Amino acid sequence: MIVAGLVCAYTSTAQAGPEIESWQAASGARVLYAASRTLPMLDVAVDFPGGSSRDAPEKIGLASLTLRMMRKGTSSLDENRISEELAGIGARLSQRFDLDRSGYALRSLSDKTVRDNALEILQGVLATPSFPADVLEREKSRTIAFIEERSIRPGVIAAQTFNKLLYGDHPYGATRTGTPETVAALNRDDLVSFHRQHYVAQDAVVTIVGDVSKQEAQRIAEDVTRRLPRASEPLAPLPPVPAMTESAEVVIPHAASQAHIYIGMPGVRRGDPDYFPLWIAGQILGGGGMTSMLNEELREKRGLTYSAYSYFSPYLLPGPFTITLQTRKDQAWEALSVARTTLEDFIAEGPTEQQLQAAKRYVIGGFALNIDSNAELIGYLAMVGFYQLPLDYLDRFPEQISKVTLGEVQDALRRRLAPAKTATVVVGPTERP
Amino acid sequence: MILFCLNLVNTLKGRLCRSLFAGFVISTAALAADAATSSSVHSRALSNGLEIFVKVDRRAPVAVSMLLYRAGSIDETNGTTGVAHVLEHMMFQGTHRVPGGEFSTKIAEAGGRSNAFTSEDYTGYHQQLHNSSLELSFELEADRMVNLDLTEASFAKELRVVMEERRQRVDDNPRALVYERLHSTMFMAHPYRTPVVGWMNDLENMRLSDARDWYDTWYAPNNAVLVVSGDVQPEQVFALAEKYFGPIPAKPLPMRKPQAEPEQNDIKRVIVKAPARMPTVAMAYHAPALRDIENDWEPYALSLLAGVLDGHPAARLERAMVSESRVAHSVSSHYDGIRRGPGAFYVNVTPAQGKSVDDVERVWREQLALLIAGGVSEDELQRVKAQVIASQVYSQDSVFSQASQIGRMRSLGLPHDAALTMTGKLREVTPDQVRAVARKYLIDDRLTIAILDPQPMAQVGEAGLTMTDQAGSGSK
Repeated sequence: MIVAGLVCAYTSTAQAGPEIESWQAASGARVLYAASRTLPMLDVAVDFPGGSSRDAPEKIGLASLTLRMMRKGTSSLDENRISEELAGIGARLSQRFDLDRSGYALRSLSDKTVRDNALEILQGVLATPSFPADVLEREKSRTIAFIEERSIRPGVIAAQTFNKLLYGDHPYGATRTGTPETVAALNRDDLVSFHRQHYVAQDAVVTIVGDVSKQEAQRIAEDVTRRLPRASEPLAPLPPVPAMTESAEVVIPHAASQAHIYIGMPGVRRGDPDYFPLWIAGQILGGGGMTSMLNEELREKRGLTYSAYSYFSPYLLPGPFTITLQTRKDQAWEALSVARTTLEDFIAEGPTEQQLQAAKRYVIGGFALNIDSNAELIGYLAMVGFYQLPLDYLDRFPEQISKVTLGEVQDALRRRLAPAKTATVVVGPTERP
Repeated sequence: MILFCLNLVNTLKGRLCRSLFAGFVISTAALAADAATSSSVHSRALSNGLEIFVKVDRRAPVAVSMLLYRAGSIDETNGTTGVAHVLEHMMFQGTHRVPGGEFSTKIAEAGGRSNAFTSEDYTGYHQQLHNSSLELSFELEADRMVNLDLTEASFAKELRVVMEERRQRVDDNPRALVYERLHSTMFMAHPYRTPVVGWMNDLENMRLSDARDWYDTWYAPNNAVLVVSGDVQPEQVFALAEKYFGPIPAKPLPMRKPQAEPEQNDIKRVIVKAPARMPTVAMAYHAPALRDIENDWEPYALSLLAGVLDGHPAARLERAMVSESRVAHSVSSHYDGIRRGPGAFYVNVTPAQGKSVDDVERVWREQLALLIAGGVSEDELQRVKAQVIASQVYSQDSVFSQASQIGRMRSLGLPHDAALTMTGKLREVTPDQVRAVARKYLIDDRLTIAILDPQPMAQVGEAGLTMTDQAGSGSK
């Protein structure tokens, strides 16, 4: 019965999978395309390896500021014209930014005149941003205010302290938008040079989903990358993530009513051989569906929290494995103890066969939900393109999950999480009782 | 509109239910629909009064099932604020037939996603599933419409969860506190004055009988709308609905009184002291809500006014206050007028460094005077309309939002395809109408201003706490 359900769900999912095509543009950019001709709209995303991990230690915040400034003026349009032109055709331009990646995504109606206008603007933003000095000063000031406002929020303090514990001085440990001091010191030359180095055609990943033919997609990919800078040499690889040498617990008092708790360690990278067993382990321990072990122990049994989650965040290098929860401050130590015990038992014993099967049914049965809109589909395709995963990654995802055995999960937990040192951050209470 | 949800959806899914409805109600996607939308909506009513709508979208083998009850915090009374939302949580605590957390387990094992939300005006429950599992959703949803097993133990536990939710979303969130106080100040009679999540003291004193009364009063097929979107066959959906919901009897519903807000006749101000670095100014003007979608025009003009002020980064307010005068770090405006109760027009400004709340209030008034004196240009309005029209198309990308749009309109007593009509009406608005509603409604006699007065950390928390930098006070 269970097996039949699995097979059935998987088969229909696979049949519904979109057809993905990929090629290289003349500029050297990698292109991924999936047609979706039902709605008269088009999504185009262009990503680069210009995420926060590309910031030098004394220039933290440069990557983020460069990206945001790119839409604040190009060689032919000022910031107001860019916004007015886009609004006038109902197009939307949004930024994408994380540890590894930076880029812009355009959503437009697929009518040829409309989309050509929108793409022309996207092309200018990517290739010929002007970084006007006056606007830069304004944006720096806004950024600093934003950083300062966030710097006193307990959740932000907890997350930043957690990243620092996990990654130390490695770029993955730095705050993504920078500090008031580093942002204040950035100048226009920094942005120009960051753009020239990181927004290069050879490293660009163009993802196109929507109501255009393959031929049209080919022309779009050529157009949006043609004027991009060319790299004279490949981008230097990121330094490896150092192993944590000791477990650490940091307690930071805060006036808020709730404590914010983070527990974790460096986890998996994209393409990691243990990715699937660990990913499903994270799902069982603290994933969605209101059925996870952490949810059961902390929320359903004890009413300690509104939200408790665990998840792996895969990046080019091992991204964090994170357990996070919030609870009334005077319950912090009880909640922490429950979360830790749950984690330790889980690492030691692994899930039960029943839990593994239930998690597989959740992930596989619901896989179609992850790509049921163009917005979600383009997100997956961009990820596949950037991390150079196999083109059939999406089609094979349910199959990969279904193949994971209990032994593989236990083995991966034992090898990857058990020996690792853990970082714990508690923001809220003064000290352990 | 402010929503509270059963659970904060985790970061892997990125489906934060908060964001689906929040904010710019008319001016963006929530409004949208196109000709194809209404033509492909199938509807049916059961003899017990349950209304069913089906919107077919065959792009992926999925189905969204959404059941909305016309009961929200607007229907609550003093002393039991938050009960609509508490009951929403209790709906996941088991029935006589499906006990404990089995609801969530069954949905999860079918690969489904399940969540719920409570707003001022209604409470919604939804599942997103592979289309082969739609029947499971109906079976469980119909069961908990009548068989809820409300026990003291699960109630006491879930109340604690809800109090954590309030702390997380409101008490520790200065900007949410500002809006809570803004509403409790601008409304003195209308129930929109109370927060959806409830006052903490009401939560602390809530009893199981309060939740039971709420369930017994409002959870009935004749007070609900069922919407399904996705790759489904309408006739099959209707047959399944008849099978599971058909046997549930209708209930007499209490009279809903308007509780109209007495006319305000001067500006109101409230100051909220909370730990923060930057002040913020939240302004709300009493404004009409949409009632007659064919013949009203002011709500449409107010909606476009919000777009003219703040529809894109080069719109009036952003340009004048953030880009040019640099008096503000950020500014936003929106009109909330598709709701059961009275409407409101909002403007929110965060002053730039070195600028005061008085500075931003003055510049806002200058901008308003300029708009009323000079009107808006045809170009400005055209840009906003282009965005509205494109948003119609974009909103169809999400199977979920197709269902929620229909469900929301019907829950508010509007036709299921009201969004389509509204889009047409928005296109007809003239520059003069935009100026006219600004002149008529954005006046001090209708205005409430809530100001976030930032407090240093050490003075707001418990006595004896000293706050330092994150780096400073860590201990191993």
